[in-house]
This record gives sequence, structure tokens and C-alpha cells, in this order.
Amino acid sequence: MPDATSRPTIVVVGHGMVGQRFLEALAEHGTTGRARVVVLCEEPRPAYDRVRLTSYFDGRTPDELSLAEPDFMARHGIELHLDDPAEVVDRAARTVTSRAGLAFTYDTLVLATGSYPFVPPVPGKDATGCFVYRTIEDLLAIEEYAKTARTGAVVGGGLLGLEAAGALQGLELDTHIVEFAPRLMPVQVDEGGGAALLRTIEGMGLTVHTGVGTQEVTTDASGAVNGMTLSDGSVLATDLVVFSAGVRPRDQLARAAGLRVGERGGIAVDERCRTSDPRIFAIGECALTADGRVYGLVAPGYEMARTAADAIAEVTEDAAEFTGADLSTKLKLLGVDVASFGDAHGAATGCLDVVYADSRSGVYKKVVVGADGTLLGGVLVGDADAYGMLRPLTGSVPPVPPEQLVLPPGAGTPVALGPASLPDSAVICSCHNVTKGAITACATLPEVKKCTKAGTGCGSCVKVIGQLLPAAGDGGLCGCFPHTRGELYEIVRTLRVTSYAALLDSHGRESARGSDGCEICKPAVGSIIASLAPTLGVSGHVLDGEQAALQDTNDHFLANLQRNGSYSIVPRIPGGEITPEKLIVIGEVARDFGLYTKITGGQRIDLFGARVDQLPPIWARLVAAGFESGHAYGKALRTVKSCVGQTWCRYGVQDSVKMAIDLELRYRGLRAPHKLKSAVSGCARECAEARGKDFGIIATAEGWNLYVGGNGGAEPRHADLLARDLDDASLIRLIDRFLMFYIRTADRLERTSAWLGRIEGGLDHVRDVVVHDSLGLCGELEKLMADHVRGYRDEWAQTLDDPERLRRFVSFVNAPGAPDPTVRFVPERDQVKPDLTFLTLEGVSAR
Amino acid sequence: MSPTVSPVLQLRVDEDWLPVCERSALIAGRGVAALLPDGRQAALFVDRAGRTYAIDNRDPYSGAQVLSRGLTGTQDGRAFVASPLLKQRFDLETGRCLDDESVAVTVYASRIAS
Ligand code: SRM
Ligand SMILES: Cc1cc2nc3c(=O)[nH]c(=O)nc-3n(C[C@H](O)[C@H](O)[C@H](O)COP(=O)(O)OP(=O)(O)OC[C@H]3O[C@@H](n4cnc5c(N)ncnc54)[C@H](O)[C@@H]3O)c2cc1C
Ligand code: SF4
Ligand code: FES
Repeated sequence: MPDATSRPTIVVVGHGMVGQRFLEALAEHGTTGRARVVVLCEEPRPAYDRVRLTSYFDGRTPDELSLAEPDFMARHGIELHLDDPAEVVDRAARTVTSRAGLAFTYDTLVLATGSYPFVPPVPGKDATGCFVYRTIEDLLAIEEYAKTARTGAVVGGGLLGLEAAGALQGLELDTHIVEFAPRLMPVQVDEGGGAALLRTIEGMGLTVHTGVGTQEVTTDASGAVNGMTLSDGSVLATDLVVFSAGVRPRDQLARAAGLRVGERGGIAVDERCRTSDPRIFAIGECALTADGRVYGLVAPGYEMARTAADAIAEVTEDAAEFTGADLSTKLKLLGVDVASFGDAHGAATGCLDVVYADSRSGVYKKVVVGADGTLLGGVLVGDADAYGMLRPLTGSVPPVPPEQLVLPPGAGTPVALGPASLPDSAVICSCHNVTKGAITACATLPEVKKCTKAGTGCGSCVKVIGQLLPAAGDGGLCGCFPHTRGELYEIVRTLRVTSYAALLDSHGRESARGSDGCEICKPAVGSIIASLAPTLGVSGHVLDGEQAALQDTNDHFLANLQRNGSYSIVPRIPGGEITPEKLIVIGEVARDFGLYTKITGGQRIDLFGARVDQLPPIWARLVAAGFESGHAYGKALRTVKSCVGQTWCRYGVQDSVKMAIDLELRYRGLRAPHKLKSAVSGCARECAEARGKDFGIIATAEGWNLYVGGNGGAEPRHADLLARDLDDASLIRLIDRFLMFYIRTADRLERTSAWLGRIEGGLDHVRDVVVHDSLGLCGELEKLMADHVRGYRDEWAQTLDDPERLRRFVSFVNAPGAPDPTVRFVPERDQVKPDLTFLTLEGVSAR
Repeated sequence: MSPTVSPVLQLRVDEDWLPVCERSALIAGRGVAALLPDGRQAALFVDRAGRTYAIDNRDPYSGAQVLSRGLTGTQDGRAFVASPLLKQRFDLETGRCLDDESVAVTVYASRIAS
């Protein structure tokens, strides 16, 4: 058995992000098998993802942030000493001694001690209620203290300061940011970007004080923070202070051991990360690299980890060297899009700035271009969508003129830039230095993450990765079907297949035939059969026969599942118009069943907190009062919003309410690849926000303009004009055709906006098909819609009429009368909310 | 002719076989929930081949008792249910979460008895 002395010993001080990456690189080289590896870790837990530290406040547990696989150390025979920092390095004896008194003799020593947060030496800085923002322990302490605090102040308006401020606001503190420089994020953004950022941050409800320093932290009699005195003499009352005024390399250990350190700190290393003692390496934030800098970002640290591992493993071919790195960053703070990359300040000689600024919407974009047209860098504030594309282009001449890089989509000529236009060598993930070529060698996102680690750092590259990957392998719907949704629609329609099982057994992949399918294709096929039901001559009711087993729980119980297992109910309120009597019924039902009531964003009312067994009695009362299902649960028509229009409004030119009601009643119950939303505005002022809808109608003096392909949600898009000045009948005919063409050809879960963007020919093609009938399809599309309108029945009225269907609405099959005792509520603002603490009693987090 | 007795689904709870419901109350691919004597809840399923499965009804990710309301499917020949809340999938035979090796739910033995 090789004993500890016969093998060389590598001691690693610091188990942070870079230390862990170094160990992984050693393991890849096989060095862990040949050498004894000892790691001293100051923190009480193994390395975790510090970059995503703040996601702890979004519910990520410390365990989920962990970087190493649970058995990593054991598998590679690495000795990890938690909670035991290195205290002394004796270079003559080649020993490291830990706080607990353990001594290790090293052949090679690697320092990966990271940084510490700099706290300005102001009086009161150590008072109770003062914190820094670096470790999980810091966050736990802040979270605990914030429970009794109302106001919080962050000293420092840089990248980390803003992140910390976002976290304080998330803890419901009234949050202030104090920044000494005249603008926020002074290192990354320029003056214009800072101004746009300020507007956005203030718009989020944070208070920003720039151009002032912190002079003193004041305390109350008990020694707890109660305020800060600022350099302009003003006083800021606050209960909690987080210092985020920059970081400093942790070089004390190296300094004491007599290693060379930089004037302003940092352990000096060469291109191979060797310190002034050839047996000692320094990597990560504690290192002062060969280009004379200390890098405060993880990507350069990872490069150093690889470089040192190559040197220690004596890799000769293509051994990594560290000579400098990119400082691109994207702010992860929720709600603010900020990114800077390359030479953001335009420091190179002869370079030019190209700027786009829209102060109303807080958007500021700048790219810096060299004299020869090379993209050198840039700043994006308010809209950083282009970051994923621009960063990899840095250093090359972009294929389009620079102004197109900053113009918003839709202004001027569209940017013909897609990830497809990038060379294979372009770095897509800067956290892990992964190129386009390495990404496109994988088939799926999970595979990319596993094989290249791309996307597992700050996450800002995930969107571009998605665009680079082939859609689901062969384009098939899922592991069961090799066909797209559109192809399956045609198979069902032409071969008149009326059951999922029959379709799976005849058209599924060989391996899936006879199986139970999967959760992806079941609802998709269920929806296809439901939308063709009147034409196929089958009952379209979602609770009938096999259809019952295909639907997501929402469709199955005709209500929306909530986080505690209860359901919400949205009765249809066509066009948003409702009589006082109906409003009273909704109020009475909500009161009698104890339901939480809220006005939705779709001009109707949502009633939350019903148990499965309460759904039928609730609906019995709603149906008796003339209500119908609102299909809030289905991939189906949701609402047609309206503005009040000509009847009341002094500007209105058509009766927008009547049109909205007519349209909602015509298309109610229509099942589609995704939900469908619509709105009708009475004039060009657009109070109904029709251009944010799948199909939106705006009144003109002559009739109606029809817009299609709008979207709110995560990727908002204004709808495009399909046809103008239509009379009522032409409008409806055109919408009939448009919707049926979409239902027929769209992919699963593809809204009209994405569909229009994907199909060949785009809007022009759709116009050719539905207005000019270029495919000769219009007659058929209109007939399909006529079948739908004729076949429509209210799903809830049908359900209440059928004892067989009602049998399903029980909490327990063996105790039909018993309510589910785990669905409980607690009071809040005079209503109820789910009792989540009760659900978590069994130990697992329910965030 | 003997009178028809409809087959009953039974669950193994502690040492006993607990009758839960008639076999006909289950349709392939759509689960039901059962209340157990000690207050726990089980989610019961039957697949197209007629095999029955029972696992804990509690979704470990949300704490809500909802697994019986998920959609079922087959992956690599094994039956699974996808939670209706955040869609994590659980192997119906072993209870293991297919999307996170460290998570599993309790499994109960089940059988059809006439
Ligand atoms: C209730 C409501 C929020 C509210 O309290 O106001 C709501 C609630 C939900 N929305 Fe919404 N959305 C609601 C209006 C909206 C709006 C505003 C609107 O319709 O004018 C939007 C943006 C407009 C749009 O869709 O283009 C909206 C964009 C989304 C999206 C993003 C869609 C997208 O294409 O990006 C989702 C996610 C999805 O569908 O995949 C979503 C998904 C959801 C789900 C279904 C999430 C879920 O699976 O649990 C929520 C369940 C509803 C429930 O339990 O009852 N909701 N949601 C609103 C119901 C309106 C109604 O009366 O039907
Ligand atoms: C909130 C936050 C957000 C961030 N966001 C980003 C981002 O978006 N992008 C980005 O690139 N970077 C970001 N960073 C910076 C990034 O986390 C660091 O660059 C990275 O963690 C550096 O890794 P490291 O291993 O050098 O240092 P660390 O991860 O700090 O690890 C050093 C470890 O060494 C330990 N140690 C120190 N001295 C000793 C000793 N004597 N003995 C034993 N152990 C010791 C420390 O306790 C620590 O655990 C962020 C940092 C924070 C705090
Ligand atoms: S869109 Fe025009 S008609 Fe409708 S409410 Fe607004 S101003 Fe009035
Ligand atoms: S760029 Fe940060 S994870 Fe890819």
C-alpha cells in the first residue's frame, strides 16, 4: 500500500470556487491517483457556487449551491478538512499548519484563498447590524437580522452592491444604496449607462445616493446600528448596513511566508501561476497575475486553476498559460438588465462609440468599435438581450454595420445576426470558456451542461446555447413520437385517429409503441383530438373516456392547481363586462366557500383555494347564475379584453365591448397548441392593449384593423398588422382562418408570436394563406371553425349534468366524503392564503 | 352462475393488506388518492398493461399531496408519474425521482384481489 510519504503531497489552501475547479482539473489529469492531496477549507462547508449566492434568497438551499458531487472527494481520495484554515506556511520546512494544529509537509502548495470584502475604516463599522456579503454564513446572518429591521443600506453601488441591495429589497427592507462615485457600477458602465441604470433602479423602489461617502455608522444605546452619517453631512436612518465596497486579495498567509506580493496586494505569479517560490502556486482572486492584475471574476480564476493543474501534472502538450482575461459581466439582479464586455470605456486609441439611448424606457446601449471596424466592447443597460451575441463577436469585425448592433429590433432594418453566424471558435460561455464548436457537438442542454459545464456559471449564456442546439434531436415531439405537433395534427385529421393509444401504437417510435407514452405528448395529442373533435365526430369533453387520462390536472379538474394542492376558479366574463347581479353572486360564492378573491390581469375574477370536492358545488352555483367555464386551465382561448369604447368614451369610434364579447363567445372553448388571448380597443389610443395579444383588434373610422402575433409574458412582442379597415363579417372570417391555420401548423406550446417568427415566410406567408388563399385552404379552415362554434358546450354545465363525471371530484377514492386535511389556510389581509409552513412540517422545503 | 364479484385493489400498509377501492375506479394513466389509517396518503395508478402501482401522494418538492394527479408515462420500459406542480418525474416501482437522484418517495406494494 503506498503510504503518505512515498507519494508526493499537494496541499491546497482554500476550497472556494477556484480551489474546487483546480481539484477537478487535477483529477482529470489522474494526478489525484498519484499524489496525496490535502485541502484546508476555512468555511464550514465544501465549495459552493458563490456567483449564485444570491439565489439562496430565491429558495436555493445551501446544498443546491454546492459545487462538488457528494462523493467527489471520496472517489478521488482527496482529504478535505472543513472549518480548519491554514495558519502558518513554513517554506524552509515545507509545512503548512492549520488552526486545529494539523501539520502537513508539502511537495507542492496551492494557495486559493480568494478575497475578503473591504470594509472602509469608518467609526461604527463593527456595530451589531453591520454585515458583508461574501459567504453563505453572511447571508444567513443578514436574513436573520432583517427579520427585525425595516430599513437597510448598502455601502457601494458596484456589481455586488446592487446584487446585495436587490437581496435586501427581497427581504422587504426599505433599501438605500450609497455610492461614492458619481454613478452606479462605475467600473463597468459609462456615464450614459449609469444614468439609465439609476432610473431603472429607482423605478424598482430603491433609493440611490451617489457622490457621497459614508463617514460614520451610528448606533443606539444597545450598540445596534440606527443610522449613517454621509460625507455631505446628511443622516440616513437605517437598521442594517451591508458593506460592499470592493474586495481585496487574501494574501496574508503568503506575505507572512515571505512570498512576493503586489504593492496593492495579490500574490504575484507568472504565466503558469507559480509564485516567487517555485513549489508554491496561487490561483483565483488571491493572485496578482502576469499581466499585473487581480481578477475579481470567476472565469479568469477557472483559467488559472487549469493552468496550475497543467503545470503540476507536467502536461507538456498545449499546456495552459494565464496571460490575461476578459472582464465581461452581466448583472444577475432581478429586473435590471445590465451588461458590459470588452473595452467598455473605449480606452483604445482611435476607437469610436456608437450609442443608442431611450431615456423614457431606461435603455442605453453602446458599442465601442476600433478604427478598422473591430468590435472592442460595449455597455448595455435596460436591454441586455444582445449580450449573448455581442460578447463572442468581440475582437472580430461584425457582419453588420455597428449601429444595427444597438438599434432595438424593429427599428430600421432588422439585425440579421443570429448565433448561427458566429464562428466555431467564438466563446459562448465565458464563465467556463466554452466555444460554439464544443456546444454544437452536444445534442441537448443537459448534455451541454454535463460535458462542457457551459451554462452552469452565471447562466447568461443559456439563451444563446438554446438557439445553437438542434430542436429536440430529430425534431420529434418527444421520446415517443418522431413527428412534430403539426404533423401529428395532419395524421389525426386525415386518418381520423380518435384515440391516443391508437396513435401511439401506429405512429409512435418503435420503442414507445404499446407503452404508456409520456407527460409531454399526452396533453399535446389530447389537445389535437379535442380541437378536431367536432370534425372527427367524437365527444370533445375533456373528462370522457381515455381523454381523461391525457389531460394535465388543470384540464382534468377544470380548474387551476395551486401550490398547496388546492384549485382556483375563473368564470368567463366575456369582454370584461359584468352585471352587478353577477358580481354579487361571485362575491357570495367566494364568501360562502372562504375563497381568496383577486382581479386578474385578464379583466376577470379568480377565486382561489377550493378543494377538489368543493369544485362541483361551487360551479353549481356559478352555472345557475349564468356563468361558464373561463378555460383559465386550458391551452385554449382565455379572454378577449375590451376597452369601454364608443358607447361611453369620447374618443371611441366603434363599439369595442360588443366586438370583444362577440369574439369571446365565438372562440370560447377552442383548444390550441398554446393559450390564445385577444383584445379589442375602441380607437388608436389602445386602452385594451390589443397589440400585446395573439390577435388584437383596433377600431378605425372605417372598421377594424387586425393585428396578429402579439405577446406579453417573458418575451413581449407587439402584434403585426394583418389587414386594415375590415367590416365585422370580414374581420371574423379572417380571424377564423388565422386561428385554424395556427392550430394546424404550430408546435406544442408555441404561442402565435413564436410561430410567426418560426414559419417560413413569416407574416407575409400567413397573409398569403389566410387573406389571399394561396394554398386553397380557406374553405376548409372556415368549416373547421364553424364546426367548433356549433359543437361548443360549456364544460362545467356538462360535468354537473353527469354523475359519472362528478365521481372524480373527491379527495380520496376510499373516503369520498372526506376533505383533504393537508389543504389548510391562514389569514392574510382579511382573506386567506395557503398554510405552507404546515406543508413543510415533514422536513422538505416547499419554496 | 356465481354472482360477479368485482376485483378490489389492496395496498400493503405495515403488515396488512388494506382494501382501497374497486379495480374499476382506476383508469390507465390517471391516478387516484387514498387516505391511509395513519393519515398518510397514497397515490394509486394502473398502466396500460394492467399493472398497479402505489407511492406516497406527497410531492416532496412542494409538500402538497398531489402526486396522484400527475400524468404517467413510460421511460426505458419503466412506469413513472410526473408531478402536476413542478413536473419532476418519479419511478412508480422504486419511488426514485428521475430528475434528482437524491430524492425518493415511499413505495407501497399493491395487488388486485377478487
Ligand atoms: C391569474 C393570472 C394572474 C393574475 O392574478 O392576474 C395569471 C396566472 C397564471 N398565469 Fe398568466 N395570469 C394572468 C394573466 C396573464 C397575462 C396578462 C393578460 O392576459 O393580459 C399575461 C401576459 C400576456 C400574454 O400571455 O401574452 C400572462 C402571461 C403568462 C405566461 C407567459 C406566456 C408567454 O407567452 O410568455 C405564463 C406561462 C405559460 O403560459 O407558459 C402564464 C401562466 C400562468 C399560470 C397558468 C401559471 C401556472 O401554471 O400556475 C398562472 C395560473 C392561474 C391560476 O392558477 O388561476 N401567464 N398571464 C392572470 C389570469 C388572467 C385571466 O383572467 O385569465
Ligand atoms: C454575491 C457575489 C456575486 C458574484 N457574482 C459574480 C458573477 O456574476 N460573475 C463572476 O465572474 N464572479 C462573481 N463573483 C465573484 C466570484 O464569486 C469569485 O470570483 C470566485 O468565487 C473566486 O473564487 P476563489 O476560489 O478565488 O475565491 P473564493 O470562492 O472566495 O474561495 C476562497 C476560499 O478560501 C478560503 N480561505 C481563505 N483563506 C484561507 C486559509 N488560510 N485557509 C483555508 N481556507 C482559506 C475562504 O474561506 C474561501 O472559502 C461574485 C461574488 C459574490 C460574493
Ligand atoms: S382605446 Fe380609445 S375608445 Fe377605448 S377607452 Fe381608450 S381612448 Fe377610449
Ligand atoms: S457565461 Fe456564465 S454560465 Fe455561461
